[in-house]
Amino acid sequence: MMKPTTAPATPPARNGPMRLYPARVVEIKEEAYAIMTYSLVFDDEGMQRRYSFQPGQFNMVYLPAIGEVPISVSSAPAPQQPLGHTIRFAGNVTRAIGRLRVGDVVGLRGPYGTAWPLERLRGQDLCIVTGGIGLAPLRPVLYHVMQHRADFGRIFLLYGARTPSDMLYTDEFDSWERQEINLRLTVDRADESWRGNVGVVPMLFYQLRLDPKKTSVLACGPEIMIRFGIYEALARRIPKEQIYVSMERNMKCGVGFCGHCQLGPAFVCREGPVFSYAAIEPFFGVEDF
Amino acid sequence: MPDLTPNIGAFASIAKEDLARVFQVLQEMGYTLLGPTLGETAIVYDEIEGVDDLPIGWGDEQEAATYRLRPRNDTAYFGYTLAPQSWKRFLYPPVQKLLTLTVQGETFEIDGNAEPAPRYALIGVRACELRAMAIQDRVFLSGHFPVPDYRARRQRAFVLAVNCTEPGNTCFCASMGAGPRVGPGFDLALTELEEIFVVEVGSELGRQVLSQTPWRPAGAFELQNVRRALAEAEQHMGRHLDTSDLPDLLYQNLEHRHWDQVAQRCLSCTNCTQVCPTCFCSDVLDQPDLTGQRTDRLRVWDSCFSLAFSHVHGGNIRPHTRSRYRQWLTHKLASWIDQFGSSGCVGCGRCITWCPVGIDLTAEVAAIRAEV
Repeated sequence: MMKPTTAPATPPARNGPMRLYPARVVEIKEEAYAIMTYSLVFDDEGMQRRYSFQPGQFNMVYLPAIGEVPISVSSAPAPQQPLGHTIRFAGNVTRAIGRLRVGDVVGLRGPYGTAWPLERLRGQDLCIVTGGIGLAPLRPVLYHVMQHRADFGRIFLLYGARTPSDMLYTDEFDSWERQEINLRLTVDRADESWRGNVGVVPMLFYQLRLDPKKTSVLACGPEIMIRFGIYEALARRIPKEQIYVSMERNMKCGVGFCGHCQLGPAFVCREGPVFSYAAIEPFFGVEDF
Repeated sequence: MPDLTPNIGAFASIAKEDLARVFQVLQEMGYTLLGPTLGETAIVYDEIEGVDDLPIGWGDEQEAATYRLRPRNDTAYFGYTLAPQSWKRFLYPPVQKLLTLTVQGETFEIDGNAEPAPRYALIGVRACELRAMAIQDRVFLSGHFPVPDYRARRQRAFVLAVNCTEPGNTCFCASMGAGPRVGPGFDLALTELEEIFVVEVGSELGRQVLSQTPWRPAGAFELQNVRRALAEAEQHMGRHLDTSDLPDLLYQNLEHRHWDQVAQRCLSCTNCTQVCPTCFCSDVLDQPDLTGQRTDRLRVWDSCFSLAFSHVHGGNIRPHTRSRYRQWLTHKLASWIDQFGSSGCVGCGRCITWCPVGIDLTAEVAAIRAEV
């Protein structure tokens, strides 16, 4: 008779995918009212060296005893640089982040999710459609194209904010324009200083003459803006395969099993946040889906 | 007892009273027995000491929004359909500590949850429940980020399955291809006949357990009785779900007016997601001590029926019951197939039985199909 053996041993205890790494705030920059960019550096030097992200990916930022939020990386995708997180103080966690000072420590894990398909966009004209804080996940794209400017054709940045003082990264606009990024700005409500467009972002399409054969659209912002931006792009015969959107959903884990971020068959944290519009078209814009 | 061990895949026959020996062997190997027992005026899965804790002579009656215990006129050990809660709550507990974080000066220290996983012997796992475990395996273990605590519990569990010859009025495992005969993944699978249990050996571990129990090879008439009992069970499913046009039926009917009709009945109470053996959505919460210097990160069950589930700044993605029921049903029966390669439904019928207003997903799907 064979001797009984024991059941399989437990694998060594691991912290698993929710493992957090302490990271320090090294710089805080006020971008607009209640929007700040926090530059974070992992305490663990090895971790800081190993970490790399692609434009469009996000991190989970955690404050002990408060909670965790998904935040896109908004800095240049350069190795070993502090990681920029542009954060609007909107909920419990982000408001608590607003009380952080330089030197404070947060928990950080990532990067997660899909990236803007920069390789596939080579040689294309880019039409970047953004509103509000939706510019943050696209700023790494701008840094990338400025570094590889010859790889891309014309670049249009359509950007809207509620008011002129809500605009992000305004101190960088000149440097972007010097790299032949064609900025088209608009606000919902102007003030005395504003001499530009007033109205919604999709209306800016009417100022452009886009070549549908070689233009790709990258959109991030309020979902309603993305939706009408897509309609304007489609109306100009830009194929839906050349339209990319970054979506926002509630996320608790960032790694595809908390279930919160589902959009039809996609987990936005895993199949997204950057989607080809062709892939999510059947579910995009379905009311309350 | 023949002086050899039964082979994997072999059918053995054991006397009913020798099930106690199987339990004893498992306990000697260090397993905690979890099995059906009477509690809370239901047959529940809980820790058991031995065969005496089984609901011998008890059955259950299930119907939409209805559950009753019922005394049987025999001494069947497993003469009920299903417990309200599945094994999910043992393999994927409702509250699980992920890590403890302690503030240390200006930084903090993270202590991963290194508690050893319990070693459970799951007694009385039905075919639908075994399929549900296989489905959760795909959810938690097949991706880039396997869930360590689930993996540990799952790997250490012994599965003693019991073929279902008592399908209930809300059952439709046959429609989902999940039962009533247990599929792969068990260590031992019993079929209860009048005098004996027929035991199928599913693993090396199961083989070792059985070899320490008085057994003999199952006879042809015994296997015939097993086959007949299961064939009959298959014919006695209280519900039926036509899956032939899923997932597209639901994908193509996201604006069907029947969603409004369901929403008028649905209470968004989350019962269906809590009793579902595959529903896996979770929240992650902090539970700090009073000083705020130390906090536990907890993973807790969540439900797509709660309003906060879809909260983003500025509002909720699914503000109405209509959208939340639609999310649940399309996920369960449609998008799950795209995400994990199989339906998220095993046909156990719990969501029908435990819905306080008796919403029946088989009827809702049929209604959507009827009016395409």
